[in-house]
Amino acid sequence: MPIIDMNIFSELKETMGAEFINELIDTFVEDTPNLIAQMHKTLISKDAETFRRAAHTVKSNALTFGASELASLARELEGMARENNLEIGNRLEMLEEALQKAKSQLIELR
Amino acid sequence: MVAPSEPARLLVVDDNKINRMLLSRSLAAQGHIVETAENGKEGLEKIRSGVFDLVLLDIEMPEMDGFQVLEACLNDVELRQLPIIMTSAMDELDAVVKCVELGAEDYLTKPINPVLLRARVNASLEKKRLRDEQRKLFRTFATKEVAEELLRTGFSLGGKQVTASVLFADIRSFTTIAESQEPAESIEMLNEYFSMMFDAITNNGGTVNQLVGDGLMAVFGAPIFFDSHREKAVRAAQQMLEQLKVFNQNRSAQGKSQIRIGIGIASGTMVAGYTGTQTRAIYTCIGDTVNLASRIEEYTKEALHPILIDNYTSQGLPESIAVEDLGKVFFKGKNHAIKIFAVL
Repeated sequence: MPIIDMNIFSELKETMGAEFINELIDTFVEDTPNLIAQMHKTLISKDAETFRRAAHTVKSNALTFGASELASLARELEGMARENNLEIGNRLEMLEEALQKAKSQLIELR
Repeated sequence: MVAPSEPARLLVVDDNKINRMLLSRSLAAQGHIVETAENGKEGLEKIRSGVFDLVLLDIEMPEMDGFQVLEACLNDVELRQLPIIMTSAMDELDAVVKCVELGAEDYLTKPINPVLLRARVNASLEKKRLRDEQRKLFRTFATKEVAEELLRTGFSLGGKQVTASVLFADIRSFTTIAESQEPAESIEMLNEYFSMMFDAITNNGGTVNQLVGDGLMAVFGAPIFFDSHREKAVRAAQQMLEQLKVFNQNRSAQGKSQIRIGIGIASGTMVAGYTGTQTRAIYTCIGDTVNLASRIEEYTKEALHPILIDNYTSQGLPESIAVEDLGKVFFKGKNHAIKIFAVL
């Protein structure tokens, strides 16, 4: 699974313009760690609903940039939380790894 | 579909900042004025300000979700007409279907495709523009309630048997009056006259459904039935005469000729519905009762009473409305004499 699906990213860049894409990437890079921090916190407090919502937002933004691996992991976590299942193993760590990879590639693409 | 010439005011409701940025940017690039809200509650507050032409509404949101906002809008008479396009992730299609069934105008899946976004937004705005025009048109002809009913039922062609009152009104010797003045003056006079008559009719719950030259036809008690349709029709006729008195006083102050009208009312069962085609239809009533009202209106010329009604209408009046029995009259096309009353 590609870290960034270049078909999706190029199309986004083409339709929205290079300058605006940089703004979007900045927002993504800034906001996503906060969402993941929220997921860590709600995992401890067993707040599956807030956890699910954060996963949902990560998924949605990952899809926007074509960050396929990140999106797929976030979707899986969203689905588990919807079932009220917070026995997620090391999936949150995997999500963070995928985010790091997506971030560095997006920053390169700026 | 052509883009609307005037910029529309759009509201984007989404808790995700990146989605708000993307949508605002794309819509602004399409020439619209865009505002945003970060959750359902804030979104609904902005919607209630009443300045928006269209809302793009996310389903998954904190505070109030998209469902709740949609339901609040659909349950509000003032907001029901506002088109709402749901925006959601591809894997929430079940929720989207539910929204469209509830009454959302359309939907878009995220990530948003700008081409689809433009097409859906423009189509919704165009539909809204047509509905607004239709609503405006209906409101000149009918009460707000009837106008909403007509819009709600979607103009289904095909008739329905109803019990109602029909009123016909005509200006006496309009042709002679028209010949004595400039055409523009006649049109202006008619417009002024009709606007007064419409007021008298809609104030009493009636709907004007036909205008032919200087004549008009109105119906009371359809498409929304009300018990007092006979009394309301007669009260409308009385108000029409009062309005006409003022109108004539103004005309005489300007040295212009006086206008006299005749009004005929009949009540009973009739077939009401849309006649015409899917693209051009009017709400009208047909049947013996309607023909009778028209004949009675013509008879006002001979009877020298401005308001004449049939027997069934007279039976539906309170004692405060005085009538005079004019006996039986033979009308063309009727095989028996009809009892006629004058409203005094």
